[in-house]
Amino acid sequence: MDCQLDIFFLEAILNGVLLAGLLALLALGLNLVFGVIDVVWICYAELVMIGMYAIFYAYTGGVPFPLAALLGILAVAATGALLHWVVIRPVLDQPPINQLLVTGGVLFFLQAVATMAFGIEFRSLGIRLGSTGFADMTFAWSRILAFVVALAGMLALWIFLSRTFLGTAIRAIAQDRQIMPLMGVDASRIYLVTSAVGGGLAGLGAVLMVLQYDIYPQIGLQFGPLIFMICVLGGLGSMAGGFVAAFLISQFIAVGGSCMATEWGYAVAFLFFMVAIFIRPQGLFGVRG
Amino acid sequence: MLELSGISAGYAGAQTLFDLSMRVEAGEAVAVIGANGAGKTTLLRVISGMLPARSGSMTMDGVSLRDSPPHRIVETGIAHVPESRRLFPRLSVESNLKMGAFIPAARARFRERLDYVYGLFPRLKERRSQLAGTMSGGEQQMCAIGRALMSGPKLVLLDEPSMGLAPVVVQQVFDLVRRIRQEGYTVLIVEQNVRQVLKVADRGYLIEVGRIRAGGTAAELLASDAVRDAYMGI
Amino acid sequence: MSRVALRPTRGIPPLAWSALGAAALLAVPILIRYGAPGSERYYLHILIQILIWSFIYTGWSLMGRFGLTSLGHGAFTGIGAYTTVLLWNVAGLSPWLGIPVGIGLATAAALLVAYPCFSLRITGHYFALMTLALTEFVRLCIVGWRDYTGGSLGTQPQRAPGGVSITALQFEPDRVLSYYIALALWALGLWMWLRVDRSMDRYALDAASQDEEAAASVGVDVTREKLKITGLSAAMCALGGAVYGQYQMYIGPDTIAGLGVSLNIVFGTIAGGLSVLLGPTVGAVFTQLLSEVLRVAVQGSGLTAQLGSAALALDTAIYGALLIFFIIYMPKGILGTILEARRRRRAGAP
Ligand SMILES: Nc1ncnc2c1ncn2[C@@H]1O[C@H](COP(=O)(O)OP(=O)(O)OP(=O)(O)O)[C@@H](O)[C@H]1O
Ligand SMILES: [Mg+2]
Repeated sequence: MDCQLDIFFLEAILNGVLLAGLLALLALGLNLVFGVIDVVWICYAELVMIGMYAIFYAYTGGVPFPLAALLGILAVAATGALLHWVVIRPVLDQPPINQLLVTGGVLFFLQAVATMAFGIEFRSLGIRLGSTGFADMTFAWSRILAFVVALAGMLALWIFLSRTFLGTAIRAIAQDRQIMPLMGVDASRIYLVTSAVGGGLAGLGAVLMVLQYDIYPQIGLQFGPLIFMICVLGGLGSMAGGFVAAFLISQFIAVGGSCMATEWGYAVAFLFFMVAIFIRPQGLFGVRG
Repeated sequence: MLELSGISAGYAGAQTLFDLSMRVEAGEAVAVIGANGAGKTTLLRVISGMLPARSGSMTMDGVSLRDSPPHRIVETGIAHVPESRRLFPRLSVESNLKMGAFIPAARARFRERLDYVYGLFPRLKERRSQLAGTMSGGEQQMCAIGRALMSGPKLVLLDEPSMGLAPVVVQQVFDLVRRIRQEGYTVLIVEQNVRQVLKVADRGYLIEVGRIRAGGTAAELLASDAVRDAYMGI
Repeated sequence: MSRVALRPTRGIPPLAWSALGAAALLAVPILIRYGAPGSERYYLHILIQILIWSFIYTGWSLMGRFGLTSLGHGAFTGIGAYTTVLLWNVAGLSPWLGIPVGIGLATAAALLVAYPCFSLRITGHYFALMTLALTEFVRLCIVGWRDYTGGSLGTQPQRAPGGVSITALQFEPDRVLSYYIALALWALGLWMWLRVDRSMDRYALDAASQDEEAAASVGVDVTREKLKITGLSAAMCALGGAVYGQYQMYIGPDTIAGLGVSLNIVFGTIAGGLSVLLGPTVGAVFTQLLSEVLRVAVQGSGLTAQLGSAALALDTAIYGALLIFFIIYMPKGILGTILEARRRRRAGAP
C-alpha cells in the first residue's frame, strides 16, 4: 500500500463523490422497483448493459449522441416494462425466492443474448470529453457530467414522485397495497409504470456510463452486486438512505482503488457493507418491519 | 341508489355472506349492525369490489357493479372508508387526500375538492404537511373520511369509524358523520356502537352470521327485541 | 402452537427401489463400457459432473428448504476449492488436510455472516443480498490475490507425478475411479439430507420457517437451529467445491465461485424440487444435461460457422430462458410437480 494524505488522496475522494452520483441513481431505480413491487431485480445491471449497447449502436450508426442517449433511455424503459409484464407479473404470487430467481434467469439470458448479438469484444463510443483540473488534481469531464446529470435525474424523479398523482400513487402503494383499489388505482398499471421508470433510470445510468467505460456483455457483474449493497445499506425502499450509502460505498472504491488494486477497494466496500448491516440491520434509513 | 339482492360471498374455504339483499336510497343513512365476525366488513368489501361476490346481483344507480374491476367501482360514486382507517402512514395528510382524488374525474377538480374538504375539516388544513401516521386517532379518522370525499362520491361506506377511539373522540366522529350527512352524501355505516349509530341513521339492518336478521327504521330497531337483547346490553 | 403445522416429508423412495437404484448406479461404468465403447470417458464425465453438483445442490437445499435463501454458496464452494488447491500448490499440503481446512474456513465464514443475520432476524431479500455480499467479497479476494490464485484466469492444482495419486487426491485420469468417488459423495449428501429430515432439528426449523415467533415461544432456539443447518450446508458445499476442483484439475473464480455459481446452485435446486430428497439431484441432471445437450446441439448445428464465437452463448441464452419458463410454470420444480400430480391422482381415485 502506498497511501499518503496528499493531493492525490483528495483527488481520489473527490472522484469517489463523482462516482457516487451514478451509483446513487442506479440504486434509486432498483429501490423504486423494490419498494413498489417487492421484487429485487437481480438483473438490474444487465438492463444498464443493454442500454449501453443501444446507445453505442445508435451513435456509431450515425445518430447524434443526445438523440442516441434518449433512444437508449426509452429502450431500457421499454425493456423494464416488458420485464415486468412477461416475467415478474406471472410470479407475483410466488414465494420471494422464486421472484428473485426469475430475475436471475433474466440476468443469464440478457448476458448471453448480448454476447451473441454484440460479441465479446470491448467496445467504446470513442467520445473523449477531456478533463479539467485544479491544484494538481485532474477530473474527467465525463465524470463531472455524470455526477451533475445523475443529480438532475434524481431531482426530476423526486419531483415526479412528490407532485404528480401517479408519483403519489407509487409512494402510496409501497405503504398499503391492498387498499389501492379503493382509491381507484389499478395496481397492475402502477407496477408497469414503475417498472418503466425503473428501467428509464437504468437507461440514464447507461448514458452516463457509456461515456466513461468500455462496453462488454459481462459489465453488469462489475457493478450489479454493488448496487444491491447500496440499496440494502441504505435500507431497501428508502431513497434517501440509498443516496447516503452510495456516497459511503463509492469512497471505499475510489480511495481503496487508488491505494491498492481495484478489487481490494471493492472487497473492502463489501466488508464494510457486511459490518454495517450487522450494526444497523434495517439499513441506514430503513424502516424495520 | 345501491341495491343488493341474493349476494353470497366468502373467503377461501368459508362462506361468509349468505343470500343477502338490501338497498340504500339516495340521501339516506343506513346502519349495519351485528356481532364480531358477523360479516359486516365483508359486506362493505363486496360492495366496493375488494372481494368478488360469488353470486347475486349488485347495482349502483341501476348499473351492475359485479362486472367492474375493483378500481373502477370508485368511479360509480362509491367511496369506502375501510376498517381501522388504513391511511398511508408515511405520506402527508395532503398526499393522502391526493390519493383520494386519483380517479380522472376527481383529478380534474382536485383543487376544488381539496378546498371543499379543508373547508369541511379545517383541522386537516392545519395538519396538511404532517405525516398521516403521526396524527391522533380522531384526526386520522377525519383524514380517512376526507380522503373518501375527495373522489366526489355519492355514497360513502364507513366501516366502524369509532373503532379504537376514546369515548370523547367517538362523539366527535359521530359528529363528523352527521356533518357529511348534512352535506348530502348517502351513507352506509357499519358500527358496533349500536345506540350511537342508530341516532345518526334513518334505517338499519342487523346481520347475524352472514344473514340479515332484522331490518327497519332506526326507531324500530332500537325497540326490537333482537337488538335490545343482543347489543344494547341493558 | 396450532399455527405451526408440520409438513410431512414426501418423495422418499421405498427401500426396495432404493436398493435397485443403488445397484444400477454401481453398475453404470460397466454398462457404459459395453453400451458406448469409445465414448466411455465422455459419458462418465457427464455423470461425474451431475453427481458432484447434485451433492452441492443437496447441501444448499438443506437450508433452502427452510426458507433460508442463501446466495452465498458460491463463496463456500469457492473457499473449499481454492483453499485445497492453494495449500497444495503453495505449501505442499495434501488435500487430505487441505479439504478439512477449506471446510473449516467455509463453515467459519458462513457462521460469521449467518450469526448476526439470524440473531437480528435478517430474512428474505435481505438475507439473500447479505449472502450475495459474501459471495462477491470472496470472489474479489480470489481475483485480488492473483499472485497465488491466478486472478480471473484461474489456476490448476500441480499435477502429482504418475497421474492418479492418493496423497495428492488426484483421480481425474481414471474416470471410473472418479465416478465412484463422485457417487460416494452424492450418497453422502443424500444420507445427510435424510439425517436432517429425521432429526428433531427439522421440526424446529420447519416451525421456525413458518412462524419464527411462535416457534421461539414453544422453546425452539431458532438462531441456534438455523446456525447448525447453515454450518452443515456450507461445509457440504465446500467439500463439493473441493472435490470439483480436484476432478476438473482447474479452478476459476467464475466456474467455482461467484454470483453465477450461487445462482446456478439455487436454480438447479428449485428446478428439481426444493423439499424432496431427490429434488436437487433431478435439478442437477436437468441443468447439466440441458447445458450439455444445448452445447452439443449448437456446435453441431453449423450455427458456429455462421455466428462464430457468439454461438457459444446460445446455449446459455436458451438455458436462461428455460429457467425463467420453469419458475413461472413449474414453481415446485420437476420432481415436486410430478409428486404432487401423483398425489392428486391418488387422492382423486376412489
Ligand atoms: N381475509 C379473510 N380470510 C378468511 N376469512 C376471513 C377474512 N376476513 C374475514 N374472514 C372471516 O369472515 C367472517 C366475517 O368477517 P368480517 O370481518 O366481515 O366480520 P365483521 O362483522 O366485520 O366483524 P368485526 O365486527 O369484528 O369487524 C369472520 O368469520 C372472519 O373470520
Ligand atoms: Mg369488521
